[in-house]
Amino acid sequence: MTDTRTPSKSAMPSTGVSRRTLLKGTAAVAGAAVGSGAITGFPTIWAQNIKNVTLRQFGTGVSNLNAVADKVKEDLGFTLQMTALDSDAVTQRAVTQPKSYDIADIEYWICKKVFPAGVMQPMDVKKIKNFDKIVPIFITGKMTPGSAIAQGTAPHTVGFVEGKDSTKFAKSATQWMTLIPTIYNADTLGIRPDLVGRPISSWKDLLDPAFKGKASLLNIPSIGIMDAAMVCEAMGEIKYGDKGNMTKEEIDKTLKIMTDAKKAGQFRAFWKTFDESVNLMSSGEVIIQSMWSPAVAAVRAKGIQCVYQPLKEGYRAWGGGLGIAKHLSGLELEAAYEYINWYLSGWVGAYLNRQGYYSAVLDTAKQHMSPEEWAFWMEGQPAKADILSPEGKVMEKAGAVRDGGSFQDRMGRVACWNAVMDEDRYMVRKWNEFIAA
Amino acid sequence: MTLTAETPRPSVTAAAGRARRPRLLPRVAPYLQAAPLTVTLLLFLLVPILTIVAVSFWDYDSVRIYPDFVLTNYTELLASPVTWKTYLNTLKYAALTWAITLGIGFTVAYFLAFHVRSTTWQMVLFLVCTIPFWTSNIIRMISWIPFLGRNGLLNSGLISAGIIDQPLEFLLFSDFSVVLAFVHLYALFMVVPIFNSMMRIDRALIEAARDGGANAAQTLWNVILPLTKPGIAIGSIFVVTLVMGDFITVRLMSGGQSASIGLMIANEISLLQYPAAAANAVVLLAVVLIMVVAMLRIVDIRKEL
Repeated sequence: MTDTRTPSKSAMPSTGVSRRTLLKGTAAVAGAAVGSGAITGFPTIWAQNIKNVTLRQFGTGVSNLNAVADKVKEDLGFTLQMTALDSDAVTQRAVTQPKSYDIADIEYWICKKVFPAGVMQPMDVKKIKNFDKIVPIFITGKMTPGSAIAQGTAPHTVGFVEGKDSTKFAKSATQWMTLIPTIYNADTLGIRPDLVGRPISSWKDLLDPAFKGKASLLNIPSIGIMDAAMVCEAMGEIKYGDKGNMTKEEIDKTLKIMTDAKKAGQFRAFWKTFDESVNLMSSGEVIIQSMWSPAVAAVRAKGIQCVYQPLKEGYRAWGGGLGIAKHLSGLELEAAYEYINWYLSGWVGAYLNRQGYYSAVLDTAKQHMSPEEWAFWMEGQPAKADILSPEGKVMEKAGAVRDGGSFQDRMGRVACWNAVMDEDRYMVRKWNEFIAA
Repeated sequence: MTLTAETPRPSVTAAAGRARRPRLLPRVAPYLQAAPLTVTLLLFLLVPILTIVAVSFWDYDSVRIYPDFVLTNYTELLASPVTWKTYLNTLKYAALTWAITLGIGFTVAYFLAFHVRSTTWQMVLFLVCTIPFWTSNIIRMISWIPFLGRNGLLNSGLISAGIIDQPLEFLLFSDFSVVLAFVHLYALFMVVPIFNSMMRIDRALIEAARDGGANAAQTLWNVILPLTKPGIAIGSIFVVTLVMGDFITVRLMSGGQSASIGLMIANEISLLQYPAAAANAVVLLAVVLIMVVAMLRIVDIRKEL
């Protein structure tokens, strides 16, 4: 494994190093910029003063990784400052402190709140080199031309605006994109197979009385309500028009079911942060809960059995992307485009794929992964060799199969996307009543 | 001022000025002395509070807030049964925490003040009380979680000792764990002012009580307790206001299953519902102020200061 891995990993740093050395050497000589562009394929027209550029990026912990910032410094020469916050804090900061960041790494459902506030600028897709290779889910909402569009705030519905200065979302793809998709995944329930004692196959198992006092739910209203809806629909109690845009009656019914379950002592706790969900699961306080895939990996990394359980009703998906702050212009704006182009060029994609997420441009990511890795992560095949995390730790032994199978199986079975509803304000009030009940 | 003072030949006007100034200065000086604090309080207390009050009447949607004058924030808040339930819950936490910290605080302070004879030991033991404050609130709180958990130290200890067969579920993520954490965090705020009050009690009074034939309990009830009241009042104000405003303890220790007013406000802020949060904060402020005023009515705190 290490053998097959080494070339793919070392290929990039070596170009990076030579490029970096070149950048250093030519910092004073402006003309060499053309040469540096030729080496990695990035048009670097401002190599002489790029080192002075600092871009401030913030977003959720899933994708605001220091490894990315380090690699940016190495490959592109400028500094990227990363701030990782939770979803709510991200929304808050994006809207209320637009001057405090240059690049916002936000989720699509948050984008629906943030973009109309006028704090971001749409991106010109003509400047995005790999735009044509972006997974079609983000452009048309469909995996394949024939597949159905999932419920909720599907990324393509908030992916484009009508014009350069518009804050109104466009119905179909235009030249102006709100976010460049970077990371996405299909979420489901996490379980402790050693403690649940039976196969889990449906969302409704979350409210199974057998797991009384041992279940947990995510307490971020916009996401938690979707999990609750998946559960209620699986129970056959409610048939939703659109789980991502419920009517008041649907909200009331959903939260009535959840409140009754809470009063009956079904839940042990509600979690809000990644760490909380990991701790609940690894300490055995909770044996079934809504969970994120890296959190499952984190529990497994402690040597505790934990499964990211595919369920017959399908997945609840989410996606995130990079947006550019309104105030960015000139050299910094160019750097931001450069960064976004670099983001889609493969290294980050491979990094994210290796964590179990998916990257927006699969072709480029594939070039940065070994065939064994690609087969395991993207095609759902049993691992031919040990699977390593991006940091080089063994995540899965040879022979293991990824939860939920291939990319097609997972992203093709998305039932709904994290959403912001028209009745958002009402929903949040009701959600708080549920938590306080 | 200095210039006139140093003028070599004081003219008539200068002398008159000097005569007038000493009379003017004493009148202005106190105001000048109070000015920095007044300005600070205005800037960092009064202005923010007034802003909060103003914003509490604004309108909002999921993205923005709109300057306006609407009462919906208050009507939604006060008409909701959840608000009342949450207030009741928060008051329950405050009352329980207050009663327990008072019991602990009084006992510890009494021990320190009347049982420990040497001043050195008093100081040493008093400092020992502050040791928990060397780490942060949150760390002290979180460390309870693995201790109280289903497979935690306490449960596994009790099980292996044969006292229980099933882990005790109420230990963690319950009202019990919330109040426990509160008591742990805030007991010292009770100990310090009560200890301070007790140290000021003239020991002759206690001797007099004993000479007068009072037993220990009577001395405690009729002499020490009344004289410690200001300390109790100050400690109570600390504990009650802290508990009323807290949100992180309730969230962590109840596992997100219980609500408090602070948590309600924190939720609203994180969902960008600033006007609703502001209205909630104004109501909370009013409630806490009423509680503090009530406490000050019972005890004349000036005696202490």
